[in-house]
Amino acid sequence: MDLSYYLYLSAILFTIGAVGVAIRRNAIVVFMCVELMLNACNLAFVTFARFHGNLDGQVASFFTMVVAACEVVVGLAIIVTMYRSRRSASVDDASLLKR
Amino acid sequence: MHNLLHATVALGATKTPEAVQFWILAPLAVLAALGMLLVKKAVHSALLLAWIMITLAIFYIAEDALFLGIVQVVVYTGAVMMLFLFILMLVGVDSSDSLIENIRGQRGASFAAALGMAGLLTSLIGRALVGHSAVGLTSANSEGNVAGIAQLLFTQYVWAFEVVSALLITAALGAMVLAHTPKSHPSQRFLSTARFRGASLSTTAGLAASGVYARHNAVDVPALLPDGSPSQESISATLEARGDMMVSAPFEMQPQIEEEN
Repeated sequence: MDLSYYLYLSAILFTIGAVGVAIRRNAIVVFMCVELMLNACNLAFVTFARFHGNLDGQVASFFTMVVAACEVVVGLAIIVTMYRSRRSASVDDASLLKR
Repeated sequence: MHNLLHATVALGATKTPEAVQFWILAPLAVLAALGMLLVKKAVHSALLLAWIMITLAIFYIAEDALFLGIVQVVVYTGAVMMLFLFILMLVGVDSSDSLIENIRGQRGASFAAALGMAGLLTSLIGRALVGHSAVGLTSANSEGNVAGIAQLLFTQYVWAFEVVSALLITAALGAMVLAHTPKSHPSQRFLSTARFRGASLSTTAGLAASGVYARHNAVDVPALLPDGSPSQESISATLEARGDMMVSAPFEMQPQIEEEN
């Protein structure tokens, strides 16, 4: 098996995550799809680290994980605040700036 | 020479067990990702995402990234998914999506764009890897994966490491600020301070009780203030609005005139 299959898997997962961000309405599900995209990027980083034979890719993947954890904390706090003010976690309801 | 060539090929390609593992787990991961898109309930999406993350952790360990595989399990499947489920419980487990499209043709356009992006990424990967052979991590991991990562993290990437620690603290503070709500009821301390800071000190000790002392103490009779005027604040506003209120003047204590002299 060639190492590139991992990269293809990563590309597929990234694309599916992007579709999820585009079509789902529930803010939490949208957020989970963003996490899926980040995870797919991590898989690509790890595979490239193995491909090039140094650990820089793994360090980049580690930083991605830390930043993703921060993002989850702040993003979920924003979702909870949104839910508190309009009793809904749907991204369609957050349309105050539209008109 | 032949031996060296053989070694390079062996490092570049994966061994059979890893291939078997990949071909079992990768389709399952893709199916779970598609399921994440299609299931209606957010909790089911969360469980499928947890499955994908565990699969990725197994892949990391198979790809000589032991540290990242364990961090993936601890941070993602442990902390992040727990946080997601916690917020789902808070927001409502059975909150499901509406299936009405607000923007017409958005779903079709998204799928078309996704197909285009998948094609682009695939061709890019194919083109980037052509003519290159994989090196493998045997030499980079010679002192152990954790030691190798630590060496990079605390020398070459130490500045990024510090910045990320600042980011973590900032994110924690930001979450606390966002999740904080002002108290809905004022505290007793606030109320007592406000009484003394008001325009007048006349009601500092509380409002006068209804009734005229010693003559009539029903709740519908306004109390008399020291200057003899009835205090409207001493009876309930409801009684006043209904008109169920008596005049307190008849119950006023008249100064007794000494008749004998």
